[in-house]
Amino acid sequence: MRNFAQLFTDLDRTTKTLGKIKALTEYFQKVSDHDKLWSIALLSHRRPRRTINTTLLGTWASELSGLPAWLFTESYHVVGDLAETITLLLPETAEQSDESLTYWIDFIRSLEPLTIEEKKGKVLWAWNRLDQTERFVFNKLITGGFRMGVSQQLMVKALAKHTGTRENIVAHRLMGNWSPETDTFQQLMLEEDQKDISKPYPFYLAYALEGEVYTLGDPQEWFAEHKWDGIRGQIIVRDRQLFVWSRGEELVTDKYPEFATLLDILPDGTVLDGEILPFKDDQPLSFNHLQTRIGRKTLSAKVLKEVPVSFVTYDILEWEGIDIRNWTMEARRRKVEEICSAEHPVLRLSALVNFETWEELAQERSRARDLFSEGIMLKRKESIYRNGRRRGDWWKWKIDPFTVDAVMIYAMHGAGRRANLYTDYTFAAWDGEQLVPFTKAYSGLTDDEIREVDRWIKQNTIERFGPVRSVKPELVFEIAFEGIAQSTRHKSGIALRFPRIRRWRKDKPASEADRIENLRKLL
Amino acid sequence: MGLLEFTERGIYCPKADVYLDPWKPVDRAVISHGHSDHARWGHKNYLCSATAAPVIRHRLQLDTIETANYGEPVYIHGVQFSFHPAGHIPGSAQIRVEHKGEVWVFTGDYKLEPDGLSEPFELVRCQNFITESTFGLPVYHWKPQQEIFDEINAWWRKNQSEGRVSVIAGYTLGKSQRLLKNVDVSIGKIIVHGAVDAVNQVMRQQGIALPETHRVTKDSRKQDFDGALVICPPSAVGSPWIRRFLPYSLGIASGWMSLRGARRRRGADRGFPLSDHVDWKSLNIAVRETGAEKVFVTHGYSEVFSQWLSENGIESHVVKTEYEGELSEMVEGTATTPAGTGENIPVTTNDTPNDDTEQL
Repeated sequence: MRNFAQLFTDLDRTTKTLGKIKALTEYFQKVSDHDKLWSIALLSHRRPRRTINTTLLGTWASELSGLPAWLFTESYHVVGDLAETITLLLPETAEQSDESLTYWIDFIRSLEPLTIEEKKGKVLWAWNRLDQTERFVFNKLITGGFRMGVSQQLMVKALAKHTGTRENIVAHRLMGNWSPETDTFQQLMLEEDQKDISKPYPFYLAYALEGEVYTLGDPQEWFAEHKWDGIRGQIIVRDRQLFVWSRGEELVTDKYPEFATLLDILPDGTVLDGEILPFKDDQPLSFNHLQTRIGRKTLSAKVLKEVPVSFVTYDILEWEGIDIRNWTMEARRRKVEEICSAEHPVLRLSALVNFETWEELAQERSRARDLFSEGIMLKRKESIYRNGRRRGDWWKWKIDPFTVDAVMIYAMHGAGRRANLYTDYTFAAWDGEQLVPFTKAYSGLTDDEIREVDRWIKQNTIERFGPVRSVKPELVFEIAFEGIAQSTRHKSGIALRFPRIRRWRKDKPASEADRIENLRKLL
Repeated sequence: MGLLEFTERGIYCPKADVYLDPWKPVDRAVISHGHSDHARWGHKNYLCSATAAPVIRHRLQLDTIETANYGEPVYIHGVQFSFHPAGHIPGSAQIRVEHKGEVWVFTGDYKLEPDGLSEPFELVRCQNFITESTFGLPVYHWKPQQEIFDEINAWWRKNQSEGRVSVIAGYTLGKSQRLLKNVDVSIGKIIVHGAVDAVNQVMRQQGIALPETHRVTKDSRKQDFDGALVICPPSAVGSPWIRRFLPYSLGIASGWMSLRGARRRRGADRGFPLSDHVDWKSLNIAVRETGAEKVFVTHGYSEVFSQWLSENGIESHVVKTEYEGELSEMVEGTATTPAGTGENIPVTTNDTPNDDTEQL
């Protein structure tokens, strides 16, 4: 654990990519394969299951520190992180643990079948055995909130260096269904023969286009298609089995039973990249429809009938069992068109937009909202399929969002990096003489603006309810959003999609904020 | 009528017609220390400790200022005032007010641990204790300063060996000199920002010994910064001034740095939790040791600390002031006037950048 705690400290202490890679590589050199595997798992969000209720941890920590529960809660609001709050409030110890990371993870996993009293005994023992940083890491592990500020790409770089393997191979090996509980470091990283037939490829992600579209040069060098507003997915057919992966590296085959029929038309050794999209009567539906079936555990016949999905294909990564990501976009596109040539209700082709000039493409983009698309995707014909988010070959050129001017009426503390700052705001619009809250938003302000607003909130609080403050209805912000839907869960009757603060309207008094009717008109 | 009252202009003694650290212009002000949220511009008469006077005179550009030595009583309309070391920065004082056996102490800002620079905190017994609570939460627990300076020295050495300049940000009055006084000067050269240097000069003139420092001039060349430690105000972070030290490692010295969220938010390479305010433990010790029957809690986590005291059988009240404790949390460098705010927002009217309260 000491090595892992040290890694944690080192990563925390540098904001520079090279420093982080160096810390990781040094760490990999020091620890056992077991610890390596668990570290990789933790850094790629494969945490062990939570075996203890976090409220209990808080209770035991305040007991041990001799503080009343309310003071623990106040502290938690300021710190914004339960694991850190507990660490800071526990009495100091002089102990240091010699046990490994794997030992402590096994320890945490072993708590599952125990009674609350037994769990308590074990957790208190652990707290007493660990020094401050180790305790923090332990608390992070046990609360299941472990994040270390290391991107997948960074870890891939460090692992590639450590094992002497190429980065894209490492990235691919880390994908899919492996677990430190059943696999070994050797199997995962070093063995050529991968037995996991469901393993997906890392997704290639586009950046948003900055600046004007004509800076991309000759339109002839680019493919354009609509940016469909669904769920990015990969369909894999191998050994007569079909797997569906979402971009969040989640295996979602069961959620889309419609795709089972694709086994009949797709040969083994095929991997398609595309968008899972609600489609009915040959028309795409809005994302709101898809949302109604995302969260469900079981899909009723009614849902399947009302919101059927299609797979809108735009790329192919494997064909006849061969990884073809290094083919050009143009070549891959030909293959996709060939595969999707038959009229099929579930497997569709993401059509190319025909355009000669950027002006023509801009015109097409302006129709996007009517087609339930989010804008235009641009892909360089010569480009290969890369890993992760990269600049240069793929761009998303989204349509401008809707906007509304709203008044801030509540504010709440943020968490993590934004702990102890009021960063989560609730906004209202006018309904007659009344301000009706209709959305929350938190991103979009600069750090300087956040501090300025935070300061204002603290000076203009009307009432406090725990971490929330109601404030004088004075500040007006422009809120941007991608869509709007009717909602029975909100008092205002509407729900916004991707609301965020676009700018602070210092020039507008609250009385000039928008009226709720204007929003309802967009429904 | 009490001996001290809390008014819109500041803490007021009606008997003597005197204000303690007022935030609006008054005829007569008794000042605890030179930070701009306590020593404000625009009063007619100022009274402060003899060692705090040079900085206050310099910052507020005052011609005359009354002073008193620590412990020396000053009588105003029969009320006895005296200054007692607060351990916060050089010259900082708790203000003791006594009349007919009634004793009040106003702490201004303070800390109990000696910092090697400021006059060490003196415990003053009283019946009524007005205390700050900037870090009045149990999560704030300072390590002994030697541990922090060991970390700073190690960081400086490491940067040196890796060919980087060490830039450390701390506010200009107090923290910068505390850093200067306690780092291991044998490691290398120390460079200070102009705003820090101005305060250093005032302090040196009044006889406070500080290690040798260098200023950046237009003739300075890259190699002049080799292996150096640079001390600058938080407002210099991200400014063009700091770019000349590239490649550098950035450290920030502030009590706020004891929380990970604050450290990450600042994007500094290192956060050193070094504070000139009392932490939770010291705050409780101070309250207990004064023997006060009533405690008035000003800027900081005043509501929380006050409730804690009440639950522990000490009569306690929250006092709303305009000292910058909570307001200035996390605020970097410059004081900005939030839009659409009323007149009760403290805005520093002097031209000194308001970077000297604990406000990272």
